[in-house]
Amino acid sequence: MTMTPTVQSTPEDATKLAAFEARIAAGEHIEPKDWMPERYRRQLIRMMSQHAHSECVGMLPEGNWITRAPSLRRKMTLLAKVQDEAGHGHYIYCATETLGVSRDELLDELHAGKAKYSSIFNYPTLTWADIGVIGWFVDGAAIVNQTVLAKASYGPYARAMIRICKEENFHKRQGYEICAVMSQGTDAQKAMLQDAVNRWWWPSLMMFGPPDSASSNSDELLRWKVKRYTNDELRQRFVNLTVPQAQAINVALPDPDLAYDPTSGSWRFGAIDWNEFWAVVKGHGPLNRERVAARKAAHDDGAWVRAAAEAHAAKRAARSTAAA
Amino acid sequence: MANETTGSQWPLWEVFTQAETGDPHEHAGSLHAVDGEQAIQNARDVFGRRGKVVSLWVVPAEAIVASVPSDAGPMFEPGNEAAYRHPQFYKVPRGVRIY
Repeated sequence: MTMTPTVQSTPEDATKLAAFEARIAAGEHIEPKDWMPERYRRQLIRMMSQHAHSECVGMLPEGNWITRAPSLRRKMTLLAKVQDEAGHGHYIYCATETLGVSRDELLDELHAGKAKYSSIFNYPTLTWADIGVIGWFVDGAAIVNQTVLAKASYGPYARAMIRICKEENFHKRQGYEICAVMSQGTDAQKAMLQDAVNRWWWPSLMMFGPPDSASSNSDELLRWKVKRYTNDELRQRFVNLTVPQAQAINVALPDPDLAYDPTSGSWRFGAIDWNEFWAVVKGHGPLNRERVAARKAAHDDGAWVRAAAEAHAAKRAARSTAAA
Repeated sequence: MANETTGSQWPLWEVFTQAETGDPHEHAGSLHAVDGEQAIQNARDVFGRRGKVVSLWVVPAEAIVASVPSDAGPMFEPGNEAAYRHPQFYKVPRGVRIY
């Protein structure tokens, strides 16, 4: 995407920066036309476009199961959820555009395989239980993240997050319901659920991003109140929320080191395999290439719909001109 | 490949939704659409998917004239300073019910 080159900072910029930081410290929101440091704009474009891409690519693992949902109720739910993800991608793309980048540039980057998105979506959905576990873990983790982002200092991002949070609670509940029902099922169904939990648990913890000790962007984002908590704090919050939910449906989380720490009131968990995380981020996950190819095919296959919409609008415009 | 049709981004529309008759139309967000008709259809799908909406407005974003941030002080300050515009500015005899 096009980025304005870094300009030499002047005394005027220093004054503006101080005023900008004072506004943020006072809890004000920054709106598109307000002055903002170039670095703030770039960080937001990076973070928000990754978020929008994640919503879009996130449709693929679940869309994979729409035709195979085990009942009409589950199929309606899954269709509605996937449609929501498209809507969420839309909200965030629009919010990103307010920073002076075009939708086309963002989509071109995604389709060229240059854009990042949440690495969780590069894992396959092998069984129906995966759909339950995605709702429970992946949407659960997303809610933890997004509830905090709803207080982000950039107004359009915060507003998009508020809208998304309102819609996303259904995503988590339907997923947990699927898991709860399977946990009461046959031995084969219980085994299928446990297998899905085993495969999704660690990638879900990785969704919060690298550990604070290795997160290069965190300090600045926290100072500018784009982020309100660190990756590790949010990861811990997710673990604390999820452990009792797993206990309630007799599912084991695949971590022998998971233990309650009465001093902090938190569940301590084992070491995350960050090599796996970085490998998937760098494009070597199970399905990175397939996801981008499927996204690009969906876009290309929809070209005739966009062409038809333009032709229709042109015809209507010509008619109303002729009638005038 | 996003530009294979006209080679330009479709116009941006601002969307306003009304949740109940009698409520104000509130800004819900924005979207790209080729014309007003399509903007209304897309707005229904994007912003009226759940939760009640009884009316939609779509406005070409370029038609909106907005104040600029640097005006904020001088433009809106008089409103805050004019205490005589607020009911508390006026004294009334104790014990009288005025509303």
